[in-house]
Amino acid sequence: MAEYSAFSLLKNALTGNKDWKPAWRKPDPKASYDVIVIGGGGHGLSTAYYLAKEHGITNVAVLERGWLGSGNVGRNTTAVRSNYLLPANTRFYEHSMKLWENLSHDLNYNVMFSQRGCLNLAHTPGQFDDLARRGNAMRHLGVDAELMTTAEIARLVPALDVSGSARFPIVGGLMQRRAGTARHDAVAWGYARGADRRGVDIVENCEVTGFLRDGDRITGVSTTRGEIRAKKVALAVAGSTGRVMQLAGIDHMPIESHVLQAFVSESLKPIIDTILTFGMGHFYISQSDKGGLVYGGDLDGYNSYAQRGSLPIVDEVMSEMLALFPGLARVRMLRSWGGVCDMSMDGSPIITTGPLPGMYLNCGWCYGGFKATPASGWCFAWTIAKDEPHDFNAPFTLDRFYRGLVIDDKGQGATPRMH
Amino acid sequence: MLITCPYCGPRDVLEFTYQGDGNRERPQPASQNLDAWNAYVYDRLNPAGDHNEIWQHSGGCRSHLRVVRNTLTHEISSTTFARGDHKSAARHKAGGKS
Repeated sequence: MAEYSAFSLLKNALTGNKDWKPAWRKPDPKASYDVIVIGGGGHGLSTAYYLAKEHGITNVAVLERGWLGSGNVGRNTTAVRSNYLLPANTRFYEHSMKLWENLSHDLNYNVMFSQRGCLNLAHTPGQFDDLARRGNAMRHLGVDAELMTTAEIARLVPALDVSGSARFPIVGGLMQRRAGTARHDAVAWGYARGADRRGVDIVENCEVTGFLRDGDRITGVSTTRGEIRAKKVALAVAGSTGRVMQLAGIDHMPIESHVLQAFVSESLKPIIDTILTFGMGHFYISQSDKGGLVYGGDLDGYNSYAQRGSLPIVDEVMSEMLALFPGLARVRMLRSWGGVCDMSMDGSPIITTGPLPGMYLNCGWCYGGFKATPASGWCFAWTIAKDEPHDFNAPFTLDRFYRGLVIDDKGQGATPRMH
Repeated sequence: MLITCPYCGPRDVLEFTYQGDGNRERPQPASQNLDAWNAYVYDRLNPAGDHNEIWQHSGGCRSHLRVVRNTLTHEISSTTFARGDHKSAARHKAGGKS
């Protein structure tokens, strides 16, 4: 019987809720492992989970500097979608979407995945054509996409200003119905519990301070809790990729770390039951089950490792929200925070073996890492277990930038702050 | 965040355009060294701490500036003209003053 079920809930309620086990142990690190995963965020935990579940590799440690899920997995706006233009991205994120659709059952942990749809708005006929092209590209690869007219959008989101007098009138949109949101903390906790139950050691408050090497080969890590050896060392540290790679002696990477802010308003009655993105700037909004509007916009725009943002972007995001929803002008903002994003040079991720022998690298998630959590871990686990990429992540190499094989969905070029 | 432009004085960050890592070395235009071009276009120093970066005062005097800014605290320790520095990402007109 599943550990979490209606029956176990009832049983524990009757016995005073005294018999629940912690969702994961707090083990001390062992002297050596088969695989060390650096980074106890969503991607690191899902990597450990799929290593154990899909490949039978359970002698694994996940090392986390702070507490579990303290980084971007708890700092994002929880959107899950697979509405990309380029085939490499579409296939990868669609694989992720399929894992999301069964994730709560797979983990026996309710990640509250809610397929409420994601609607990209177009404000010019040219932009609408562009959305049609992307929708066709998606459907060509078997992903759902539909164009919506302004009248249909007005019915779906009545609060939206669809009038011709809006600052940027809406001419249509592209809807992916299977897109949605999930409870981000539950994703981290669910993967942690699933990995832990299969024998993975999750070691919190354990910062990696250096790499153990035998010549070029990485043979383990030194940490604030001692040296730990491993046959394979895998990095899933997102915004800290630059810092950790520096410990391995690699200064230059096709990555810049930028801060991205997110915001939550006070709780409102249901007003937006989909994810909505603005087409004349960078703005996205959804409403949480608690009622708060969850929204965000652009990066602050310069390299930063500070997990906090600055006011100009706050101002910009709010004005974009009001351009779409004038009726929200008097809603109060409750909280804002920042996360450090590992912005790659083409806006697409890197999941690969290397660059040093014994090392495996997972980074470059820009600000789209949350939706990738299941597929990222799934593909990274495959790559670590088999020493070669799966078809889904084969295009996401580190050397693609130098071989003319960039995957630039936005067509932006090597300007990470613009992706 | 305020950036003190050596020409205009302290100004709001909104007046400036960020141009990123100032340590990159642009190869000579005629260079056929592919590795050097790849490194210039794609590789970045991404330190947690003091970062040597290029900004343009695009909403002011339009000078390119070399700024040393701490990426953990956003504190700026120096701002100088990038002009005349051959490593600069700033472009100069051929034959122009530099």
